[in-house]
Amino acid sequence: MLDDELLDRLQRGAFEYFVEETNPANGLVADTSRKDSPASIAVVGLALSAYPVAVERGWVSREDAAARTLVTLRFFESSAQSALPDATGQHGFYYHFLSMESGKRVWQCELSPIDTTLLLAGILTGSEYFSHPTSAEAEIRALARELYGRIEWDWARNGKATVAQGWKPECGFLNYGWQGYNEAALLYVLGLASPTHPLPRASYAAWTATYQWERIYGCDLLYAGPLFIHQFSHAWIDFRRIQDSFMREKDSDYFENSRRAVDVQREYARRDPNEYGTYGKDCWGFSAGDGPGLGTVRVRGRARRFFEYTARGVPYGPDDGTIAPAATLASLPFASALVLSAMRRFLELYPEWAETWRLPSGFNRTAPGADPRGWISEGSYGLDQGIAVLMIENYRSGLIWKLMRNCSPIRAGLTRAGFEGGWL
Amino acid sequence: MTTAPALRNAEPRVPYNLLIVGAGPAGLAAAEAAVLRGARVALIERDLLGGTCLNKGCIPSKTIISTSRLYREMRDAEQFGGQVPSGIVVDFPSVMERVRRIRARIGERVSAESLAAMGVDLYFGEATFIGRDRASVGKTVLRFKKALIATGARPVRPSIPGLEEAGYLTYENVFDLTECPKRLLVIGGGPVGCELAQAFARLGSTVTLAQADPMFLGNEERDAAQLLSDALARDGIDIHLDTRTTRVRIEGNDKVVDLVREDVTRTVAVDRILVGVGTAPKVDGLGLEHAGVAYDSVKGIPVDDFLRTTNPRIFAAGDVCTANKFPHIESVAAHIVVANALFLGRQRLSAEAVPWCTFTDPEIAHVGMYVTEARQKNIPVKTFTIMMHEVDRAITDGEEEGFVKLHVREGTGKILGATVVARHAGDLINEISLAMTAGLDLHVLARVNQPYPTQSQAIKMAADAYVQSRRSAGRSWLMTKWLSW
Repeated sequence: MLDDELLDRLQRGAFEYFVEETNPANGLVADTSRKDSPASIAVVGLALSAYPVAVERGWVSREDAAARTLVTLRFFESSAQSALPDATGQHGFYYHFLSMESGKRVWQCELSPIDTTLLLAGILTGSEYFSHPTSAEAEIRALARELYGRIEWDWARNGKATVAQGWKPECGFLNYGWQGYNEAALLYVLGLASPTHPLPRASYAAWTATYQWERIYGCDLLYAGPLFIHQFSHAWIDFRRIQDSFMREKDSDYFENSRRAVDVQREYARRDPNEYGTYGKDCWGFSAGDGPGLGTVRVRGRARRFFEYTARGVPYGPDDGTIAPAATLASLPFASALVLSAMRRFLELYPEWAETWRLPSGFNRTAPGADPRGWISEGSYGLDQGIAVLMIENYRSGLIWKLMRNCSPIRAGLTRAGFEGGWL
Repeated sequence: MTTAPALRNAEPRVPYNLLIVGAGPAGLAAAEAAVLRGARVALIERDLLGGTCLNKGCIPSKTIISTSRLYREMRDAEQFGGQVPSGIVVDFPSVMERVRRIRARIGERVSAESLAAMGVDLYFGEATFIGRDRASVGKTVLRFKKALIATGARPVRPSIPGLEEAGYLTYENVFDLTECPKRLLVIGGGPVGCELAQAFARLGSTVTLAQADPMFLGNEERDAAQLLSDALARDGIDIHLDTRTTRVRIEGNDKVVDLVREDVTRTVAVDRILVGVGTAPKVDGLGLEHAGVAYDSVKGIPVDDFLRTTNPRIFAAGDVCTANKFPHIESVAAHIVVANALFLGRQRLSAEAVPWCTFTDPEIAHVGMYVTEARQKNIPVKTFTIMMHEVDRAITDGEEEGFVKLHVREGTGKILGATVVARHAGDLINEISLAMTAGLDLHVLARVNQPYPTQSQAIKMAADAYVQSRRSAGRSWLMTKWLSW
């Protein structure tokens, strides 16, 4: 199978998740394909970004995609923004997980700036793509402006320099103690560009203040352990040859940094310091994702601790032997040959994945499971499918990047963050 | 443990060149340094010579940690191709007997007799300043030209409803235990909390560790805290980060504790509670207001970089004033005080490369600046990292967990700081401290020959990585040309 055919199948398989797992009445998309899964606003954002891809690939009509987008945006526009604990959102932000049917908050989850950012990125993608002068597409653009404008980015700082990681009506702002590089670049870019409640420029500098430029395994990079950190903002922003002050100082850019992150992941897999014996040059991909969740189990005379869903990273860990294949795939624009090689290896190991062409959240060939090949995550996760659709498209045509280069909030936010050069 | 209640206090010689309040690491180091230089020194202690470090801190904790490591290694024997010994039993009274024996043995070096023989006038009792140049011990008035306050600190008593009634341990009395608690809650994820949580878990306690911050060892690097968190979890510790302890109550024989993270409350029942949430400076009752010495009951005594208090005659050192509460820092500070107070010195504490270490397994050691500090000062910084799993000796020893990170001023070999996470990080950091103290850069460290295989090769490998990175494309081309004929 040729590379492009392989990618087309993987991309289509991933997109079908959104066809299958969306509530057509409100546009909400399930977090996972598992029974009774709530919606995730981040997955909705990925779905909204995937619809233009599907139109261009001929998988859905433009009218159908616009209708799906419009239903979604109308839902968010009319949903409850209030202090009630089961509202859909507050201060323009949204709760991370919502009921698929009612759209109300579930699981007593947090009001999430980062997940609202991913939702907004999808909304803005739709706004850029649906540029025709039809009433439906005009309404999409108007709703996008309204939804963006009502997000109170500055409120989310809680008076501090950087944006808090969440807020709950039951206990207020959350503190996960994030340090160093993380996936929040897109959040700061969109927050800085807000026409109504912008983040101050200093917030971006404060966020980057804990960056560490490290040489690991012979690679100089801005370190972050899990792959998803090197991918999520890149799904929408083309970071090639644009630099903020940190990257100017290091004579690099975030795209190149994500490529180097792949090198570090592969080198770690080659070394396999925990002696799982299941990694290799074509078997890598350490990121956030589902896990065996077995706790501590003795395997071949050695105590192994297997986590549930967690952010795995290398080389500092945690590493429990679990690979996140969708994260490997999402590195396609940065290291295409290496990713394609890994995909072919995964499909050799798990040929049944070719039945749906949809990658599971994780597999672990050390953890005991029902399958003799070890543990395999059940069903699929919307985040994995969404990032796969977008990153494959960015590799194949650059569609999302091209759209968002013209997105004025993205351009303004990048400029306010100090980015220069390249297409800016 | 050493005290000398039967000893008669010395007869005052007036005025003393240096009067020292507190015979912990800082006070003892200052007394010895000063008296060896011919100064008349008075040393006042109200409790035990050696202070917290010897009697209630480093020495007993490191002793119990070494035993707990042994038990961990026995259980991990299979990983080394060995057999797990059958019937591993922890004899806790024997473990604690070893703690007392070693404490006594090391304490012998610090006796009232040896101090007196050295020429130090030793006074047991409560010291109170009664003026800017005099203090009293009981009815005895001692005049001084310079003074050093080194009274140390005591454990902070957290205001958790029900905690006092339920009773709890701190580092001051945990080593008096005669039975290993079956279920232990440790409140606080700083060095004391992490070290003892791991030690007791390895000795058989079911340990719950609750930490109010989102990371362990609040000041350390994220990656170090991540590795420590994984290590503690592997020891079976039930970890609760970003968690407040809100209430304690007695139910039967259990101490029942509410732990709250965000809006979720979890209740645990334990036999003992160990509190390690920090220390408070011992400043009460010293009469500091009579001496013109400003102080704060939480932050301690403010000092300048020369360790002078607001009374230029009086200096302070150690836990009573500094943020990093490690005994060797007290010792460094003590020597600075002696130089500055008695010999017109201008030595600054900030000029010292002072390493510190948390003795968990793996150990976490640091010296100099953190990256964040450097960046706040607009110093361009690059980190050269070697993972311990890249080091042959660490692989052979099954001690691959951890790393050496050298933080360097970008474009130069100047070491700004370093963090080491490794089984023996406390030893490894010394080579880097030496380099920083001597002003050696990474070019020099890269030239140091080392026996193979050793774990300290991680440092040379980091220095080699620096040298390699400095080889510009032009120089590589030049080398290729040179070697082509």
